[in-house]
Amino acid sequence: MSAPVPVTTTVSAAARPRASAQTGPVSAPKWHRFALWSVLFLFALFFLTPMYVMLTTSLKDMAQIREGNLLSLPTSPNFDAWAKAWSSACTGIDCGGLRPFFMNSVLMVIPAVLVSSAIGAVNGYVLSKWRFRGSELMFALMLFGMFMPLQVVLLPMSQVLGWMGIASSIWGLVLVHILAGLPSTTLFFRNYYVGLPDELIKAAMLDGAGFWRIFWRIVVPLSTPIIVVTLIWQFTNIWNDFLFGVVFSGGASKPVTVGLNNLANTSSAVKEYNVDMAAAMIAALPTLFVYIVAGKYFVRGLTAGAVKG
Amino acid sequence: MGALSIRNVRKSFGAVDILKGIDIEVEAGEFLILVGPSGCGKSTLLSMIAGLDTPTTGSIHIADRDVTYALPKDRDIAMVFQSYALYPNMNVAQNISFGLEMRNVPRPKRDEAVTRVAKMLQIEHLLDRKPGQLSGGQRQRVAMGRALARNPVLFLFDEPLSNLDAKLRVEMRAEIKLLHLRTKTTTVYVTHDQVEAMTLGDRIAVMRDGVVQQLGTPDDIYSRPATRFVAEFIGSPAMNMVGSQRAAARLHAAGIELATTPEQQGALQAANSSEVTYGLRPESLVFSDAGLPGTLAMIEPTGPETYALVDTPVGKLTARVPGKVVHAVGERVHLRWSPSDAHLFDAKSDLRVA
Amino acid sequence: MNSPISTAARLSQWMPRLVLAPSFILAMFFIYGLIAWNGYLSLSASRLLPNYTFVGVEQYINLWESERWWVALKNLAIFGGLFLFFGMAIGLLLAILLDQKIRAEGVLRTVYLYPMALSFIVTGTAWKWILNPGLGIERVVQGLGFPDFTFDWLINPDRAIYTIVIAGVWQSAGFVMALFLAGLRGIDDSILKAAQIDGASLPRIYWRIIIPSLRPVFFSTLMVLSHLAIKSFDLVMALTAGGPGFATDLPATFMYTMAFSRGQIGLGAASATIMLATVAAIVVPYLYSELRSKR
Repeated sequence: MSAPVPVTTTVSAAARPRASAQTGPVSAPKWHRFALWSVLFLFALFFLTPMYVMLTTSLKDMAQIREGNLLSLPTSPNFDAWAKAWSSACTGIDCGGLRPFFMNSVLMVIPAVLVSSAIGAVNGYVLSKWRFRGSELMFALMLFGMFMPLQVVLLPMSQVLGWMGIASSIWGLVLVHILAGLPSTTLFFRNYYVGLPDELIKAAMLDGAGFWRIFWRIVVPLSTPIIVVTLIWQFTNIWNDFLFGVVFSGGASKPVTVGLNNLANTSSAVKEYNVDMAAAMIAALPTLFVYIVAGKYFVRGLTAGAVKG
Repeated sequence: MGALSIRNVRKSFGAVDILKGIDIEVEAGEFLILVGPSGCGKSTLLSMIAGLDTPTTGSIHIADRDVTYALPKDRDIAMVFQSYALYPNMNVAQNISFGLEMRNVPRPKRDEAVTRVAKMLQIEHLLDRKPGQLSGGQRQRVAMGRALARNPVLFLFDEPLSNLDAKLRVEMRAEIKLLHLRTKTTTVYVTHDQVEAMTLGDRIAVMRDGVVQQLGTPDDIYSRPATRFVAEFIGSPAMNMVGSQRAAARLHAAGIELATTPEQQGALQAANSSEVTYGLRPESLVFSDAGLPGTLAMIEPTGPETYALVDTPVGKLTARVPGKVVHAVGERVHLRWSPSDAHLFDAKSDLRVA
Repeated sequence: MNSPISTAARLSQWMPRLVLAPSFILAMFFIYGLIAWNGYLSLSASRLLPNYTFVGVEQYINLWESERWWVALKNLAIFGGLFLFFGMAIGLLLAILLDQKIRAEGVLRTVYLYPMALSFIVTGTAWKWILNPGLGIERVVQGLGFPDFTFDWLINPDRAIYTIVIAGVWQSAGFVMALFLAGLRGIDDSILKAAQIDGASLPRIYWRIIIPSLRPVFFSTLMVLSHLAIKSFDLVMALTAGGPGFATDLPATFMYTMAFSRGQIGLGAASATIMLATVAAIVVPYLYSELRSKR
């Protein structure tokens, strides 16, 4: 692997141009700084362009799309495509727009996020402060659930949901998401609680508090950062999921990702790209909004999950 | 009957023996120190007294009750931790009353206890603050307050002064001692600092590798250390140790005879040790015109006294003299001491001979 | 002289176990139980519906004889390789660049990372439009003065897989960047200062000190990206639906199609088991060494 783009500035204050005469190869701050910024800017364009295209396309009308150019601004921007995507676009047989799917997602996400996070918190508490013989092994076994390809449980899972009678309902999806989310929520909370001083728990024990009182009175009040991270992480993953949505849902319980995919892939005669893009935006807005508002915590969630610290 | 009895307590983790049989009886109102280097088992022993851990064999009794397997909250004890472990989300008043709250003590009584304790420790003005807003010394006092509020039978301290800077440490040490004089609660105090041990304790248990090497008053420990380890551990600068060989009743090192008293000679004969370690505390050595010859290698003035390192035929010896040292580095000097100040240890077993 | 343990003490010993037990039991059943069940399905004669007649490795033989499966595997290798390479390279590059004390770092980080907040379906749908032969990039470049430019990768059986790479890298590079940036920031400043005093130039410092100390981050990132690659289902479904034909099939889409729309449950189960074996072969040793070193 070749060395990265030569840049001058280092960790110390090398941005100050050196006045003295140089003997060896000179790093000219200005030129390299410019190259640095250009590269960063180009990448920013790379990442932003699809969003720009999505947004502008959704505001155009089909006439302009057919004549015009991907990158051009809408000549007469309007939200017609959005309205259509929301309430009248066709997603297979039904033509009720994304709204029912969106609602399904909302109904599914809220219980799934809350329950998986709550259980994860208690599990993390046990695994960090109340370890017992075999608890680490149990944790490892549970953790594997985060890594396995979900394909391997799809078939038997649909059988189980069928037996439970919730195969085509939102509750089936909720259950699956709770189960799938437990390993990661447990991991997040456990890693965070490991950082709480053990002496805090010991002091509480000496003060006479038991397992649950220590949890409610001392541990939970100190958990705000990780609760936020976990909620955001779970919300984003569950809202964005497609695999479970398409396998475990019935006619009336499909989430918004499935609705979007159906909408964008219907083989109807006339492709309405603006409606497709509007629908994509609608599906993306909730998680995008959460990201913009609480992005810092989102990043923490990402790095906490991957770099098992 | 003692307020605390530790009887033949052993603790092992798998094949490793942390505590190898501890027997200590603590009287009511006594201030017992557990001191020793890291890894000696003192914190483990404290955890067992607290109920945060259980011994592999042996038993622990508090006020004649067998509490070996009782939960911490049922032992009527309070503990001050090294990091204070104050609850960050509660203010000082809530921290202090938490233990009482857990025992379902009614509100008015709790408030009474908080006021009493706050007055005793002079932290009344801090009651509304959170631990994060307090200084190190203030946190210490709140931690003690939390322990005091419960009026327990036994206080446990786990190296509470280690996190403080040197000056604050001296101040808080005095406060702890004064507090003990007032409340007269039985206390077990763990530290690795021998100065704390000597100044605070009624009795000191010097531990090493899971065994109590000596249990006695500070004076016992200092003037009659039972083993070489105890002699070197307590006292700073450490005791000078000279290796010597015994011939009949006399000791020789590097061809020089080391003076001994008749009592010491008697003990030497009885013990029949061939190799003897001859120990001298730095303050026993004085500069004089005659005696053990040597060269002054280094001086360290501390203000009220000076430590002098002298190169002698029997080894490098540290002397501790009040005031200043009149000789210059490099000069030839002589050291003198009284033989009754010497501590003799068998070189193989490291046990005291005389 | 041992007093009996009180009920309260006994309860406090068992409470943690009681609390963890439900999750553990659920995990045991829903992970390992279902894996075993799936394994059995792969050894059964199931087609449209589960049929528990044992047929040995017949499904696996069918699997390995299926041309479509081989296409899926080949695609996984191509996609996986390119996705990993470009994802890591771009992510590392961006992390190093952002580490150079840029004023707009916060903004840029937000920009690079936001795609991770989107569903793969959204990404797939958007890129499907962007790469639209005729109305997408092709037309833009033609408009810039290259009238003969064609970009029909999306519908070209030989090229379609690369479109998935593009969309996948777009979505995930920011994540890699975030990981590497965290790793870079975790490097002790004093080590770098010592190197500078020793006279090392900046590229040298990066090459000899910083990048080697990022090894753990490399591995965990590699782990996460491989995981994403093997699981890639959503993206493919949205972008190409496995097409044209099955030219962009991946094991995940193969499994789904076989199990849920082709009435070939046994075959689907077999493919899922193979996917599991591949992932386990990478992840289990990694997890083992991680948990070991964290004693």
